[in-house]
Amino acid sequence: MLQFALSAYNLLCRCLGVAFAVWFTLLFVIIIVPAVLGVSLGIHGFYIRTLCRLFEWTTSQMELRAKQKNQQLFKPHTKGILPKSELLSVQENMQELRSSAHSRRSEPQFDLADVIYFSQKGVESIVDDEVTKCFSAQEVESWNLLTRSICRFPHRGLRLTLLWGLGVLIRYGILLPLRVILAVTGIFLFVVLSTSVGFLPNAKLRSFLGEKVHLMGYRFCVKSLTAFITYHNSENRPKNGSICVANHTTPLDVIILANDRCYSLVGQVHRGLLGMIQKAMVKSSPHIWFERAEVKDRHLVAKRLCDHAADKTKQPILIFPEGTCVNNTSVMMFKKGSFEIGCTIFPVAIKYDVRFGDAYWNSSKFGLVRHLLRIMSSWALVCSVWYLPPMKREEGEDAAQFAKRVKAAIAAEAGLADLTWDGGLKRTKVKDAFREEQQRLYSSVLLGEHQIQTEEICCKDETQEED
Amino acid sequence: MGSRASTLLREEEIEEIKKETGFSHSQITRLYSRFTSLDKGENGALSREDFQRIPELAINPLGDRIINAFFPDGEDQVNFRGFMRTLAHFRPVEDNEKNKNVSNTEPLNSRTNKLHFAFQLYDLDRDDKISRDELLQVLRMMVGVNISDEQLGSIADRTIQEADANGDGCISFTEFMKVLEKVDVEQKMSIRFLH
Repeated sequence: MLQFALSAYNLLCRCLGVAFAVWFTLLFVIIIVPAVLGVSLGIHGFYIRTLCRLFEWTTSQMELRAKQKNQQLFKPHTKGILPKSELLSVQENMQELRSSAHSRRSEPQFDLADVIYFSQKGVESIVDDEVTKCFSAQEVESWNLLTRSICRFPHRGLRLTLLWGLGVLIRYGILLPLRVILAVTGIFLFVVLSTSVGFLPNAKLRSFLGEKVHLMGYRFCVKSLTAFITYHNSENRPKNGSICVANHTTPLDVIILANDRCYSLVGQVHRGLLGMIQKAMVKSSPHIWFERAEVKDRHLVAKRLCDHAADKTKQPILIFPEGTCVNNTSVMMFKKGSFEIGCTIFPVAIKYDVRFGDAYWNSSKFGLVRHLLRIMSSWALVCSVWYLPPMKREEGEDAAQFAKRVKAAIAAEAGLADLTWDGGLKRTKVKDAFREEQQRLYSSVLLGEHQIQTEEICCKDETQEED
Repeated sequence: MGSRASTLLREEEIEEIKKETGFSHSQITRLYSRFTSLDKGENGALSREDFQRIPELAINPLGDRIINAFFPDGEDQVNFRGFMRTLAHFRPVEDNEKNKNVSNTEPLNSRTNKLHFAFQLYDLDRDDKISRDELLQVLRMMVGVNISDEQLGSIADRTIQEADANGDGCISFTEFMKVLEKVDVEQKMSIRFLH
């Protein structure tokens, strides 16, 4: 009996050993080697196409079930709840509201009905507003077999629930461990190689090899996230000695962009693992890392950026002017700091396909590690990157206007909404100055001043601080 | 993943809300997902802070008064039913509703009820009268620091003089309705939904 158990156990170990060896060899050949060499085997494309077909089938199944139950299929409100109305000035609204046209009197005109305008605007913003929508995850049009969107879609049925269960097994049992191993291998290789390159005496060789090592590191990261990136208009890829700006959705934006060419990153020095990676990065290529205390000193930051950008041989600096992660449905206000420097700006637009996994990092809900795990347990990270033609500040245009122009170009290219609200509203309250502006506008109406131009009811850039 | 209040609304609840407020099925589910997205504490109720987090509402001069309208009787939390009941005042009046009289109670979005909502924005202590003081306070909220006390006082006095029919120095709801009788309240106090 014991003999039998022992021999069975031995057999099991051998089988597991063989299985593990096979799996590891496959992993090595199919994923790691191509990642190091920069070659693609076309597996990702096949995977994405299969998933697309699967999602279409899921939707049709759900529609069928909904029809059987005689109910409407729940359609998420991706276009918002209220129709967009034109922004009339406070004055125009008041005039419409008041019962009779008052002639211009020298005394202030108040009407008890004025409160209706404010209450209408207020309740409209309660029902649907532009800003809070940007800070929560984007909704999928139809179910993508992920647990996170399961609650919104009731018409699942047995087949889909089984499929979802299978998906959970595959994603958490196979894909997630695979991706984590890849990420760890990649980071380890990168740190070791980058540090070794840093010891080379010849500067040219160092920068050449440094670039290769960086690209390899990013390719590993991309593979570990199963990121499927399409680069458009590569002729506009950022050149040396410039600044690259992009919309920000997740810290992984850096990896998405750096997969194509090397950038110099700007950021705070961190401790721990991230700090070690930062130190390794700096050994083989120039990056701008600030101590926490220095970040507060805007002039120092600006000076270092200027110096780096002035050197035409140096890699382009990658900056995210929104200052915070936004959910990839809109672009929020660009802080003007990076637009004051005066060199060429290469705008880049990034748009993620939310069907395969939501890439937005909601930093108030979960930390970075949990965010990475969420991405690694989604189906894939599919995105499009558009390189826009370079832009320079024009005559008579100040930094804030230039920033607005660049933002509009990025929003138009990626099909995102162009908002003038500050991304900082994610965490902070809106400044009193804006309410005071509304009060001022209303007072002008009361006092009968007709020379008010149509003001935007959104935030103004001049009063904003840069990061 | 969250065991949040993204549990769907039960059909019976939707029907009840439909009867009470007149919103359609899809409008109710839509507003429910809006409600849950505002509910950061995920406890099935909204607090005043949840409303104040909306920037467009925070810059509205009467933002605090509007938020107050959602919290009757000094409570601190409003659940979905209460939320819908207040929003129902802003439901557009459909033409076929004007002649229908399904129940004996007036629908929440009738002209009278809409005007009552506006009246309550002025009536700070809820005593069904707008006193000179209350009018001054609301005016001050709307104009900020841009108009002097004397000017504001004379505006308030003139308004009360024009509106006050029975001479008690306050504006009652009936007097308020009389002043606003020419205003197209049904159109101005309505939220038109996309679908």
